[in-house]
Amino acid sequence: MNIPAFSGLEPLRVIAEASRQGSSFINIGERTNITGSAAFRKLIKNGNYDEAVAVARQQVENGAQMIDVNMDEGLIDGVQAMTKFLHLIAAEPDIAKVPVMVDSSKFAVIEAGLKCLQGRGIANSISLKEGEAEFLRQARIVRRLGASAVVMCFDEEGQADNLERRCAIAKRSVDLLTQKAGYRPQDIIIDPNILTVATGLPEHEQQALHYIAAVKWIKENLPGVLTSGGVSNVSFSFRGNEPVREAIHTAFLYHAIKAGLDMAIVNAGQIGVYDDIPKDLLEHVEDVLLARRPDATERMVAFAEQFKGKPSEEAVAAQAAWREASVEERLKHALVHGITEFIDADTEEARVKYVDPVAVIEGPLMAGMTVVGDLFGAGKMFLPQVVKSARVMKRAVAWLEPFMQEKKSAMVMGSTKADAKKVLLATVKGDVHDIGKNLVDIILTNNGYRCVNLGIKQPLGNILEAARDHRADAIGMSGLLVKSTVVMRENLEEMGRDGLDLPVILGGAALTRAYVEDDCVKAYDSGRVAYARDAFDGLKLMDTITKGGFDSYLADIGAKQQRKKRPGRKHRTLEHNDGSMPLSRPVDLAETKLRRDQLANGVEVPTPPFRGAEVIESVPVRALLPYLNENMLYQFHWGYKKEGRSLGDFLAWARKELRPVLQDLVAEAEAEKVFLPQAAYGYWKAAGEGNDVVLFDDAGTTELCRFTLSRQAKGGGLCIADFFRDIGSDERDVIGVQVVTMGQRAADVAREWFKADRYQDYVRLHGLGVELTEALAEYVHAKIRAELGFGHEDAREMAALLKQGYRGSRYSFGYPACPTLKDQEPLLELLGASRVGVELSDEWQLHPEQSTSAIVLHHPQARYFNV
Amino acid sequence: MKDIESIARERIVILDGAMGTMIQRLGLAEEDFHPQGMEAHPVSLKGNNELLSLSRPEAIRKIHEQYLEAGADIIETNTFSATRIAQAEHQCEHLVRDLNLASARLARAACDAFTRKDPSKPRFVAGAIGPTNKTASLSPNVEDPGFRAVSFDDLVASYKEQADALLEGGVDLLLVETIFDTLNAKAAFYAIEEVFDARGERVPLMCSVTITDASGRTLSGQTIDAFLISMGHVPLFSIGLNCALGAAQMRPYLQVLAEQAPCLVSVYPNAGLPDQMGEYRETPEVTARLVGEFMRDGLVNIVGGCCGTTPEHIAALATEAKKHQSRTTETVAINS
Repeated sequence: MNIPAFSGLEPLRVIAEASRQGSSFINIGERTNITGSAAFRKLIKNGNYDEAVAVARQQVENGAQMIDVNMDEGLIDGVQAMTKFLHLIAAEPDIAKVPVMVDSSKFAVIEAGLKCLQGRGIANSISLKEGEAEFLRQARIVRRLGASAVVMCFDEEGQADNLERRCAIAKRSVDLLTQKAGYRPQDIIIDPNILTVATGLPEHEQQALHYIAAVKWIKENLPGVLTSGGVSNVSFSFRGNEPVREAIHTAFLYHAIKAGLDMAIVNAGQIGVYDDIPKDLLEHVEDVLLARRPDATERMVAFAEQFKGKPSEEAVAAQAAWREASVEERLKHALVHGITEFIDADTEEARVKYVDPVAVIEGPLMAGMTVVGDLFGAGKMFLPQVVKSARVMKRAVAWLEPFMQEKKSAMVMGSTKADAKKVLLATVKGDVHDIGKNLVDIILTNNGYRCVNLGIKQPLGNILEAARDHRADAIGMSGLLVKSTVVMRENLEEMGRDGLDLPVILGGAALTRAYVEDDCVKAYDSGRVAYARDAFDGLKLMDTITKGGFDSYLADIGAKQQRKKRPGRKHRTLEHNDGSMPLSRPVDLAETKLRRDQLANGVEVPTPPFRGAEVIESVPVRALLPYLNENMLYQFHWGYKKEGRSLGDFLAWARKELRPVLQDLVAEAEAEKVFLPQAAYGYWKAAGEGNDVVLFDDAGTTELCRFTLSRQAKGGGLCIADFFRDIGSDERDVIGVQVVTMGQRAADVAREWFKADRYQDYVRLHGLGVELTEALAEYVHAKIRAELGFGHEDAREMAALLKQGYRGSRYSFGYPACPTLKDQEPLLELLGASRVGVELSDEWQLHPEQSTSAIVLHHPQARYFNV
Repeated sequence: MKDIESIARERIVILDGAMGTMIQRLGLAEEDFHPQGMEAHPVSLKGNNELLSLSRPEAIRKIHEQYLEAGADIIETNTFSATRIAQAEHQCEHLVRDLNLASARLARAACDAFTRKDPSKPRFVAGAIGPTNKTASLSPNVEDPGFRAVSFDDLVASYKEQADALLEGGVDLLLVETIFDTLNAKAAFYAIEEVFDARGERVPLMCSVTITDASGRTLSGQTIDAFLISMGHVPLFSIGLNCALGAAQMRPYLQVLAEQAPCLVSVYPNAGLPDQMGEYRETPEVTARLVGEFMRDGLVNIVGGCCGTTPEHIAALATEAKKHQSRTTETVAINS
């Protein structure tokens, strides 16, 4: 099969066109040809490339399937102009989707033009004018540059102006190209010269007829070879008489296509429908084209007079329909299609309508960009198109800017230059990929932010220095590589250590939302880091930051993460209370006493085997394994997803595939003594007062410490303190207190592995440590239940046990019902936690990292609840 | 001994897996990347994997051997970024010829040793030619869409230097891969043809494009069928897809190539998409099953692995490939 095919960003196959339109004819836009269009020539000569590009777009919008570009003009540097124009239209996907015909009489210009085309274009033209050697040299270069060639019917003797020479030169050219230059027939396009008719010169009378006949001959005698021509030439003698030219072009094409013409350079706006040509006009036109009578030209010239000065219907209809829509719709259309032509006027119209320029940005412009973002996210737009949309946005914002300065309007979106919000962007250390980051730059810049783009391979030092120098409001870190996700996290850890809390946005191919919203949030002490799926996500986040909503956005994310997890785990994105803020509304002591008395009814206070604290020197890791929540380990820490499987199926799979990995890791950890599970726990006399739990000495008379707990604002108005005997009661309750740790070495070894690039091992070990810490807490809690005498009420199934399948409850600090991290201080003191190496940092975090503390309640109704 | 073209007509040919992934596993340090005499190089060289062909040749050879052991028919030279343009970033332009020569010879020696051991399964070296780090079709500067960071002629010069050294080093094929901008690839093939002319020899040409995202296009915006048409002037031994996507995401694009390509079709996907830890986790079994579906459906002639794949993946692919027939090129070819 020899199907000719060309391409821009999209394919153009002659056969595909044939099946769609019932004809294989390809129309090539001619308005970007400065030899044929005075308007285009003027634009290029004046360096007005913006409008020159608009001409190309109009061509495509008007249905050109390819565009012809010609820069031949004595005063213009053709190579430079051709290169510049092709580069510019390459950035316009609406135009670049179609193939380009690089048109010049100078081969150097053709060569330069073809070197700008990623698609398969056409060189227009080469010929035998300067002999076979030069013809073949040029032909080989065109082929090597991946283009087809238009061959003009010229030879050493000059232009072919009769049928015979047209056919002879066509055949000779095709033979040379296929035999000596490696051409396939479908890569050759013969242009048998469309010459002007009705000039009054007798030798021109037959030109149209001969052209059409030559096309027919080529199609019949040179199989596979294509034919083309420049149509406007034929009607040159009727310049200024658009209706007549249109009729001539239409009729000429009708006959040429019937003869087999494959493509032609036309002004799509100048082609009508053959059947619509008035009968009398058509008759005059065809008389000329087909040389049907000797006085055809004279009659035509006379007949044509009556049409002069009338605009062609097409020209009127060319006004695109979208211009008629509302200003909001027009702005959206311009953004989605990347059209700058009317953007200033439309923006101005919107500004007048909305009064506040910021409202224009926040309203119709952002709405348009949201559409762009959605289309991009759905894969319906691609990068170059988005870049164009961003340019339109920028221009609109630039139009509004002076008005904003004037109004000094409320700062929204950092839109005014003086107080624009600044973002520092960098591709992280070791990564050279910056296309995504640059897109973020484009989108943010064009939406009124100021971006300091540091480029690629940026060590954290540079990023922070620049952030300080520029007083950045946020930092965006990007990277494509897998290892960059590690670097980002490492950067965040270090920033946290430096006490920084600048908002950070992360983006990059290897990142996932889960990784950022959990691991990275944890890594950054302030937790002020968010994930941007793409540049539009980044824009939304910057808007959130600008409006001061970043922390509540993060809190929402944190809450979502929280809901996904079981209670009892540490999570730093929660609003922690350092004890300086009142926890809730004033408490009605009488009411809480009543509640406590009711709850105490029928529940005996168990007797602990001892009072005060004891230490568990060492727990074998093996003993913890039954309490290990494998589901959490695999899914949450190790990142294996259910991927549509039921939990049962997933776990069955995990037991087969992942448990061996777990066993190996445990064995290695045991051999290396990575974990040193230790605990301190004990029992104290206790009572509830208001929202407080008060701990007493053995006599039950001297207060040792008290923890202030949260009470539900809604629901049952529950508070942990309610599950204890009231402070006024004659009986003291009992509370269990525990702290467990996997030891400092767990964190040290994890860090070593991390530094040794054993990233996967690191992640697995870290996850195992976190889950073993939970398992150890379960283990100690089980011991407490047994010692208090209700261990037999525990669920038999471990899975059920891990879902509070036991009497009472264990509450860790830092959770909504038990929020005050600072209360761990007296807790650790009571327990003598330093004996197992656990202490509290200045931020009330436990050290070693893999440690957790809790209070244990025996009351059967004590359960987890939300505050 | 059979040449690669006749072997590929008979059965599915196995290409090797990731070089970078294997190098990463070695946990090399900065000094490992400094060739002798370049200890005091002014910029960091860590991650400039091509340099290892000079500084740690035994490590690269070992990786080649692992892939050959796994059953690869064709191994790629460690030259993905061994071009003047890509090396400029590390100030190593002066090493380009040596890098390509040394890498080609390392792969050549590894292949020849295996071929000697078992002449019934000859092994072949493909000179790997990456896209460089600059795009000829896109402006990196949004303010100036007419700007280009690299010209076609720059690319041609850079690729000529690489292709000539690869051929000098004795490669059996040239593989222009991970194509994200068709214009870069066109420059590469332009350069290669020039080098063929100058050297008076040619080798079969392979070409592999990267579809970057959900839009189903190359980074420079071309659809897969437009790309295929753009490569129509190159006398290709094979055309295919690699990188960016896992096998599961590649099918629609592979289908287009399988239906339309006038030459052999290759596919060497990543080991799935990176997971939340940013790792390629697709197991050899899964990769083999997914690529096996392509083989079963007669879509491919050449299979291998890209990012994240290992000798285990290649071994699994080689086992799977034995169960399937190669795609027949009688398929309607739009471009032929």
